[in-house]
This record gives sequence, C-alpha cells and structure tokens, in this order.
Amino acid sequence: MTALIEVDGVGKSYGSVIALRDVSMVVNAGEVTCVLGDNGAGKSTLIKILSGVHQHDAGHFFVNGKLVKFGSPREALDAGIATVHQDLAVVPLMSVWRNFFLGSEPTVGFGPLQRLDRRKGRETARSALADMGIDLRDVEQPVGTLSGGERQCVAIARAIYFGAKVIILDEPTAALGVKQSGVVLRYVAQARDRGLGVVLITHNPRHAYPVGNRFLLLKRGASLGSFEKSEITIEELTQQMAGGAELEALEHELREVTN
Amino acid sequence: MTTVEKPPVAVDERVAPKSLVNRLVARPEIGALIGALVVFLFFSIVADKFLTMGGVATWLDDSATLGIMAVAVAMLMIGGEFDLSAGVMTASTALLTAMLATRVGLNVWLALLLSLVFALGVGALNGWLVIRTGLPSFIVTLGTFLALQGLNLGVTRLVTNSVQVSGMRRTDGYESSGFVFASTFDVGGTSFRISIIWWVGFAALAAWVLVRTKFGNWIFAVGGSAPSARAVGVPVARTKILLFMTTAAAAWLVGSINILRYTTAQANEGIGLEFQYIIAAVIGGCLLTGGFGSAIGAAIGALIFGMARQGIVFANWNSDWFMLFLGIMLLAAVLVNNTFRRRAERVRR
Repeated sequence: MTALIEVDGVGKSYGSVIALRDVSMVVNAGEVTCVLGDNGAGKSTLIKILSGVHQHDAGHFFVNGKLVKFGSPREALDAGIATVHQDLAVVPLMSVWRNFFLGSEPTVGFGPLQRLDRRKGRETARSALADMGIDLRDVEQPVGTLSGGERQCVAIARAIYFGAKVIILDEPTAALGVKQSGVVLRYVAQARDRGLGVVLITHNPRHAYPVGNRFLLLKRGASLGSFEKSEITIEELTQQMAGGAELEALEHELREVTN
Repeated sequence: MTTVEKPPVAVDERVAPKSLVNRLVARPEIGALIGALVVFLFFSIVADKFLTMGGVATWLDDSATLGIMAVAVAMLMIGGEFDLSAGVMTASTALLTAMLATRVGLNVWLALLLSLVFALGVGALNGWLVIRTGLPSFIVTLGTFLALQGLNLGVTRLVTNSVQVSGMRRTDGYESSGFVFASTFDVGGTSFRISIIWWVGFAALAAWVLVRTKFGNWIFAVGGSAPSARAVGVPVARTKILLFMTTAAAAWLVGSINILRYTTAQANEGIGLEFQYIIAAVIGGCLLTGGFGSAIGAAIGALIFGMARQGIVFANWNSDWFMLFLGIMLLAAVLVNNTFRRRAERVRR
C-alpha cells in the first residue's frame, strides 16, 4: 500500500533562517501521525508545506506515491489534503450549516435565479455531522454559540464531507479544556476509523499518545526521531519532547530550590 | 458516502419549540421594527396631518432615496466595510449626468449609462484600494469622499461658471427617463413618488441576495471573518469589491432620481448624507464590526428617519429637534441591537 503522504528529507529556509531541516514522515490511511514539538520546533513550517501555504526547498514530497509541490492551499485541497486551523476554522456569527457549506454552497436554479438550496444544506449538514457522531441540537444556531471543541468538529466534518483523504489538524486542543480536548480527540479517532489519514499537530503528548499510531518529534527545525506506537511509551515521549536530559537537570534544580 | 439511517428529520427533544417571541427576537431587524412602530404611533397622535394620504406620501418619499442607499450601505457593512464617499457620490453622478446631457448634448439615457460606468469605476477603485492596501475602508473612502467633493465643485465651476448644473428639462430623452426615475403614481387620488417603488424593490432584492444566494452567504462570511472565509475558498477580494460597486451603483440610482426630479444639480449636495446611511443601517440592526445585519432592517431604519423628519415638520416643531431625536435613536438602536443579539444567541443555545 502506498502511503497517502510521504515526506522524505524536506527542508525549508526563510532567508538565512533554517526553519526545517531533513524531516521525513509518513501518513497512512486509517492512521494518525502525530507531530510533536515545543514552540519554534518547526511544526507550523512542516504543515504549511503539507497544506500548500509554503513550498519546501529541499527533499521530496509524495502524495499517493506521486511527487508533488503545491503552489497554493487550493491545490493541496484538490489533492485531498484539508487543513483545519485552530482559529481560522469558522465564521462565528453564521449558522452551523452555512459554515459547513461556506465556499461550496449547494444551489438550485440557473442564471440570475440561482439560489441556495437551504433545505438540502441544512439536512446534509445535519446528517454529515451525525455521521461523525456530532449530534447538534439545531444547525441554524450560530457557530459562535457552540463550544470550542464542537467548532473544531464542525470544521473536521466539513473537511471529510468535501472529500478530504488527509486531514491536518493544527493544534486542535491548544485552546481547549480537558473535557473539550477529549471530545475533539474522539472525533480524530472517528476520522481515523473511517479510513482517513490524520496529521495531528500538538505540543501535548497526553493528547497525542492515546490516538496516535506514529509520532514525529521535532526540535529546533530538525527531527528527533520518528516512532511507532509500539516503540515508545508515553513517559519516553514526554521525556524526549521536553528535551530528555535537560528536563532531569531542571527537576534537580527545582528540587534544590524547594529544599 | 454511505447512506446512514437518518434520524427522522426531526424534532430533537432538547429543542423546546421556540416561542414566537424568541424566534422574532433572533432577527436583526426586530429592534428597528419596534422603533418604527413607536415613531409611527407617536406622530400619528401628535400631528394630525401625519396619517393623511398626503402625509404618508411625504414621509415615504423622504424615506425612499435614503432607504435605497441605506440598504446598499447595510450590505457593505455586513461585508465588513464602510463607504464614506456614498453621499457625495449621489451628487457626482447627478452632476455628471446633467453635464453630459445639457453641455455635451447627449441623450439622457446615454448620459445615465456613462455616469453609471463612472460610479462603478469609483466603486471598484474604492474596493481595490481597500483590498490592495489593507487599510481600513473608513480612511480610504474618506479620501475618495474628499476627492469627489473637490471634483464636484471644481469641475462644475469650470464647466458652468456657477455651482449648479440646470436645464435638464430641454434634453433629449428627459420624458422617458423621467418616467422611469422621477414620475408619480396615484393611490386613492394621492400621488406617490416612483422612488418608493425603487426603494421597496431594491430592499427586497437585497434581502433575497443576502439570505438566499451564494453571494449573500459570502457577504456574511467576509464580514464575519475574512481569513476563515478565504481559507475555505471564498473569493474575499471579489466579494468586497462587488459590494463597493453595489453601493456606488445605488448612489447612481439616487443621483439619477434626484437630477430627473429637480432637473438641477447642486455641486455641494450629498455631503453629510453618508453618515445618515450608516445610521439607518445601524438602526436596522447592522453591527459596526460586520458579519451581521439585514437589508430589510436598513430599509426600516430609513423609514424611521423619514417619519421622524417629516413628523417633526407636521407637528410644527422646529426642525432643529430632528438631530436630537437622531442621536437618541442611534444610541437606543445600538443598545437594543446589542441586547437582542446577546438574547438571540442565548435563546439558540
């Protein structure tokens, strides 16, 4: 089986700043690939390359085994790679179903009489959301009245409905509470079980470990290693992310302070 | 996608059937509607002439040209932008039409067409500058406002050696174009201005576009959150530029109505009107921050304006009081909008 996405030794520099160096990763259908790293580790540069916002200037990027270099987010979208941004996901004052179809509205009629198919819009949005296990009371309510987790879910369901094969989730749990994070992670698992490839960007190993199949650790623009779930425990993951030995030194120092 | 068993489209037990009051309260134009009713009842009681056929025709006429602009400005505001040049644009188009018809000797219809092209061009320029520079439209259109104001006076003085253009009555096509833009129709022996029809028709069309079409969806989206809209493939620049062009075209319509009705255009007309349009749109439920509002609401906002302005005259009060009324009305509208919107969101939770 060819991987949905395969990235081989990609790099990117902005002027003299090397933001990403020799990073490789794989995303398979029905699997979650987690990208972990602290702030400034190069996570956003990597997803910007995957989602077509920026172009890599070293290495190779394959989608379904074919070499690609996206010129725009639209091209990535057309290749089936949808990105759900943390805060760019929805328009708060618009209703759930209008958000769901924004940019790809269903219409009836022709020419100047072309108009929104509101019944179809409402019903499709409701059933697509129900498919994902998101049971909304009323698809006419403004998205602003939903909780943060539910908003992310609407954006995920929209990406799936419009034919995404790979969903990139940029820090979906960063601004959420414990319970809301759980809600989002449940939908991430749901998307995975429906055969999509998921790229989950986070700096929280506790969110990544339960749903992830493989883990890519980034630090200062370079890869610290890529692990299968069987190769690593959550403790090791946390340790690695925080910089291993550095954390131990810090703990030691803290102990001295408190003593 | 596999067909899933759909829950019977249905009534979710968590949604209590919304009461009529709650459903109404969720609409942006409800505050304006209540305000209009209050103003209507108030002047019906204090001014005898207010409710006569002639009185109604007078305040509807006053509301009509303001209303056409308020509706266009409301759409632009929902799209997240302002146009301060809208008021002066009504004068610019009227002057241009008049000059082309009286000085160049063109047929009025051709003059109208050319001034429409001019208006659309200025609208597109406004939109393009706002998109291209990323500056607030408030400042960009303040620039076009001042520039147009200067052009109106300067060019008029150059061409006519005065500050007005007159003589429309003797031009070719005055009769037929006057019939379309400035005639009257009879209802029960009282003549009503045709501008009222334009106002109602334009408001209905704008409401339809906003709520029922793809483009309307995009207007709410670019005003509500332009980056989100762009991320899902909405053409943000095109939507905003078209909205600026719509406002300019509405200004052309009002300019045409004015020049064919009064047959004379003053070079200093239209200044200050831009704020009246914004006020009417806000009274009609538009948020200053964009992404929320209603075309019908803006039309009702203009109606409140017209009723109050003429009602004060009918009641034999000094028209100075109108500004006081306007200020209070605007503050009340903003407060009511705020409360209603919060309530609307709570009701739907």
